[in-house]
Amino acid sequence: MFETPSNQLKICTLKVSKANRKRIEKIVQGVLFSSSTVTSITVIFIIIFLFKEGIGLFSSKPIEPGYFIAVNENNPAKTLSAEQIDLIFNQDITNWSKVGGKNDSILLFTFNNLSTYISEDSLGANLEFMPEKINQFIKSHTGAIAYFPDKYKPAHLQASIISMGNVKVSEFLTHKKWYPTNEPAAILGILPIILGTLWVSLGAILIALPLGLATAIYLAEVADKRLRNILKPLIELLAGIPSVVYGFFGLVVIVPIVQKTFGLAVGETALVGSIILGIMALPTIITIAEDALLTTPKSLKEASLALGASRWQTMRRVIIPYAKSGIAAAIILGIGRAVGETMAVLMVTGNASVIPHSFLQPVRTIPATIAAELGEAPAGGLHYKALFALGIILFIITFGINLVVEIMKNKSPKA
Amino acid sequence: MKVKKVSEFIAFSLFRVISFVVVAILFIILFFIIIRGISVINWEFLTSMPKEGMTAGGIFPAIVGTFYLVIGSMLFAFPIGVLSAIYINEYLKESWFKSFLRTMTNNLAGIPSIVFGLFGMALFVNKLHFGDSIIAGSLTLGLLALPVIIRTTEEALKSVDDSLRIGSYALGATKLQTIQKVVLPIAFPNILTGLILSMGRVSGETAPILFTVAAYFLPRLPTSIFDSTMALPYHLYVLATSGTNMEASRPMAYGTAFVLIAIVLMFNLLANGLRRYFSKKVKMN
Repeated sequence: MFETPSNQLKICTLKVSKANRKRIEKIVQGVLFSSSTVTSITVIFIIIFLFKEGIGLFSSKPIEPGYFIAVNENNPAKTLSAEQIDLIFNQDITNWSKVGGKNDSILLFTFNNLSTYISEDSLGANLEFMPEKINQFIKSHTGAIAYFPDKYKPAHLQASIISMGNVKVSEFLTHKKWYPTNEPAAILGILPIILGTLWVSLGAILIALPLGLATAIYLAEVADKRLRNILKPLIELLAGIPSVVYGFFGLVVIVPIVQKTFGLAVGETALVGSIILGIMALPTIITIAEDALLTTPKSLKEASLALGASRWQTMRRVIIPYAKSGIAAAIILGIGRAVGETMAVLMVTGNASVIPHSFLQPVRTIPATIAAELGEAPAGGLHYKALFALGIILFIITFGINLVVEIMKNKSPKA
Repeated sequence: MKVKKVSEFIAFSLFRVISFVVVAILFIILFFIIIRGISVINWEFLTSMPKEGMTAGGIFPAIVGTFYLVIGSMLFAFPIGVLSAIYINEYLKESWFKSFLRTMTNNLAGIPSIVFGLFGMALFVNKLHFGDSIIAGSLTLGLLALPVIIRTTEEALKSVDDSLRIGSYALGATKLQTIQKVVLPIAFPNILTGLILSMGRVSGETAPILFTVAAYFLPRLPTSIFDSTMALPYHLYVLATSGTNMEASRPMAYGTAFVLIAIVLMFNLLANGLRRYFSKKVKMN
């Protein structure tokens, strides 16, 4: 029982003198101290890096970096929002009067329709005449709006560059569209993603809560010890299955079932996400709720039984009320687990960034958005920053949940 | 009196049924993967490179990649985690600093794995210029495993009876000697259990490695720690969702899921077994 972990250590400590030993103790203590700060430093670093990469979103313009949008000098519309620009370039708005200009029809001028206005030969072999041609075109067409890379920006531009406001926090949070790679202006509204996350997570809790609580009560109060010792490790095993396996299972088993049952075109829906997340949240809820139930002092239970209450009455009137803050913690942590879960949700919810109206619709969650899109977002670009901003929001949500649980734990009665 | 008994009977039966349903869900998932996957498993599947757009061949590079990532992350997280837990549990008295460290550890444990992925990408891949590499992935996974190791080690240290420490001091041993020769040997089995459990956790994580190490298709073994690699969980994700020929790659996906589950379960069962074995041994002494 008292074997040393290694004989070398033993020899070392025997050899050293008392003064040296003191010094070694000091050094070891220093090493131990530095190790203990690693988690705190990591948390702080995570916060710093998320903000460093993400906060830049709100000081950048939603236009593709390295491009400019220009209109005729006499056009009074000089500031456009990302959404207005999107509508203009999709030709949903065709008259300047709708965006604060004169009554003049809008003429798009981009790489796509360049050749209809200007012959390719006149641009020169290396497009060296391009800036001049752009300049001329905007000057001669009062309704023109041009969108080109900065390198073709005329040196003496005789046109007005459209100024766009920076991305605003309020727009980012409340806008209903998420088109991060849209050209010429990206539309970054995360409302559908936030709502998608909430729907899927709440659905998961609705599924996991009754199952989890019933199981926790059964394990804590009803099951005899032998059965409990078999069931508990099995449920903990459920927590060990990797989320990508849950996602795969959901994709090949539950998605087709949901699709057939409800006669849907696609089976990848919020419902499947909730089912899978519900299963995944079960071990968390069961373990924490059971721990909470077990903290009820024996004296309280016995007093209730002695008064003639049945076990079920004791449970309802004594044990569950006593453990209610622990049970609440279990629910909140379960939600936290569901909100942050990535792979399983990514694989089964269909990832459509639309505002959800029913559980039988594809939805997209915050983690799934990050996982699906970060690989394609060039580092430092607008899309990249927007995804880090989503990461900040996810971090804040889960951090808040953890703090609430921590506070509840400190308040809950101790056995 | 009778009503009381009947309602109790109904409630308890309901709880029993629900508990068995929960456990049944576990078995359904496990058996589904095992039955579909086991027919795919053969020597070639385990030891050869993926071929023909990942519809044939094997998953050898993904297995090796996951192995490297588990080892790499533990080389980083295990020493730091254990040292940190020793400091918190053995050296620190109850104070604001101790509860601050605890809170931070708990918070780190609660951060979603995709946020670790974002962080790993921003710090290790971009800032430190490791690129998509085994070292970036290992460090990211290591940070993820750190709170688990700290927590299990702390539990292990707490379970060592204080009378043993006091006895050791009474014999003239210093704090360090006491930790080294009394506390750690007793806590060792439980610390080991924590290590193995976190290895299981790390081997199944996908989100943190998406942007730090995982390669979509790389039919060779990594040559250095700055090389990217395939990994089992990401390979399963790729096969399940974005293969070039989904129907043809399904068997490969089942096989990969089987291997992944087998590895994770093996770690979990090993940890459980160890815990039981050692708890018996200690009792006998």
